[in-house]
Amino acid sequence: MIEVENLTKRFGSTVAVDDVSFTVKPGEVVGFLGPNGAGKTTTMRVITGLIYPQSGTVRVNGKDIWEDPVEVRELLGYLPEATPLYDEMSVTDFLRFIATVRGIPRREIPAKVDEMIKVCSLETMAFKDISELSRGYRQRVGLAQALIHDPPVLVLDELTSGLDPSQILEIRRLVRELGKEKAILFSTHILDEANKTCDRILIINNGRLVGEGSPHDLAAMASGETIYSLEFKGDTALFTEKLPDRFKITRSQPGIEGYTGMELTCSDPADHSEELFDLTVAVGGKLRQLSRRETTLEEVFLELTKGGEA
Amino acid sequence: MRQVWAIYRKEVRLYFDSPIAYIFIIVFLVITSWLFFRTFFLLRISSMRGFFTIIPWLCMFFIPAVSMRLWAEERKTGSNELLMSLPLQEWEVVLGKYLAALTVYVVTIILTTPLAIVVGALGSPEWGVIVGSYLGCFFLGAAILAIGTFVSSLTSNQIVAFILGVIIVAALTVVGQPLVTMFLQGPLTVLVPYAEWLGLANHFSSIARGVIDSRDIIYYVILTVLPLYFTVKSIQASKVG
Repeated sequence: MIEVENLTKRFGSTVAVDDVSFTVKPGEVVGFLGPNGAGKTTTMRVITGLIYPQSGTVRVNGKDIWEDPVEVRELLGYLPEATPLYDEMSVTDFLRFIATVRGIPRREIPAKVDEMIKVCSLETMAFKDISELSRGYRQRVGLAQALIHDPPVLVLDELTSGLDPSQILEIRRLVRELGKEKAILFSTHILDEANKTCDRILIINNGRLVGEGSPHDLAAMASGETIYSLEFKGDTALFTEKLPDRFKITRSQPGIEGYTGMELTCSDPADHSEELFDLTVAVGGKLRQLSRRETTLEEVFLELTKGGEA
Repeated sequence: MRQVWAIYRKEVRLYFDSPIAYIFIIVFLVITSWLFFRTFFLLRISSMRGFFTIIPWLCMFFIPAVSMRLWAEERKTGSNELLMSLPLQEWEVVLGKYLAALTVYVVTIILTTPLAIVVGALGSPEWGVIVGSYLGCFFLGAAILAIGTFVSSLTSNQIVAFILGVIIVAALTVVGQPLVTMFLQGPLTVLVPYAEWLGLANHFSSIARGVIDSRDIIYYVILTVLPLYFTVKSIQASKVG
């Protein structure tokens, strides 16, 4: 369980994180989404006790970063951005070092290291120097060191960067699996990833939390709109006139064979497809196509972080 | 303590898995032996005095070269991010790293003992003086290394850490030398004892005479503990930044 309370962190005159609060419960995978420089990494670094905020606090399983920084770090598995590792060490040596520092009893270390090598599919690289590994393998070593002490809380910064599509799927599955009992916070700027892996998404922009919720909630929250596209033949003017207020025509364009392509937005998230059909019949028109879709996470993201990077 | 040991082992490995430690040891041994034997056979005195008088001047350059990477490198590669996310107190990391660098230095010093054996074989030196001098070497090196560690924790550039380390150590060495103290004249003469007390090499030469004075030991202990304490503080400060 991570509890972030009114966190503010400034670097000189730049406010990196501005009064951010959120919680991550056990059994929950939370995606931390935002454009570059939004404050994701800074927030994560505060959680892991690498830096201290100007105000606010973070508690991990009830331990406060100000009072028990070492205990907090014991409870955490952290994968730093860009996975800095000790290049001169072999994968096995590196994991042994981490295991020792993490306080895993000496007798259990070899088994634990083997287990991590298996979980992260590092078998072929186990005795290679870390400097020889490709980006994807480095990332896995980074993940292995974060998992080795079986921490209840995981903080993973840019988890899937540098991985190929099949590795991404594999890592996502692993994260989902781990997320059944652990509290996981991971940052990404890939929307699709947040959508597929998370129970909940936090959107951060310019150091402020601008959106929070499940991928589905968030889509509804940001715009509260659904979009209907239809191809209509008949009295367009009459159709427009009879259209209830909750609909707004965003596009209307005459197409082939006398059909008009239209796009309507509806402020009510419920499905009004039937209503549109009935209306068409009522005005004596014909429909060739009618579809409804919700705003995508991408649109929500762009809406919420408007002006963030520009 | 197990954590300190783990950090120590890792650092010692990094020194001895890479060429740094070997280059350091070989260059140090070559230079000291050459400077020693250059005059040893000419003077025909079975004493290591000449050897030990050059030690403070060599340490001034060599030890910051050992300590420069301790923190600067971790900052550069970003691995301190990983290191500091481990459940360690700052002092545990500082101590582990420091002891590893000290090991490199102590190994080097031990490897110069064949010189003492040569001297012993060719004549009958005063062994008390030689043992005392080695002890002085240890204390001197320990203090310089602590200063180097502190300087390394201030920057992410190893070269800067090295140059700054050399400058500080040089200043501390020179301040007690006649070169500086002779300029302290008139009312400034009161400062002479202080300048002499501050001089790194002065305490070394008094231990090297075979006189183990607690004041010299205290001086070196202070000069070792204080920079290490500042290192811990500088690392803590960088978190608040």
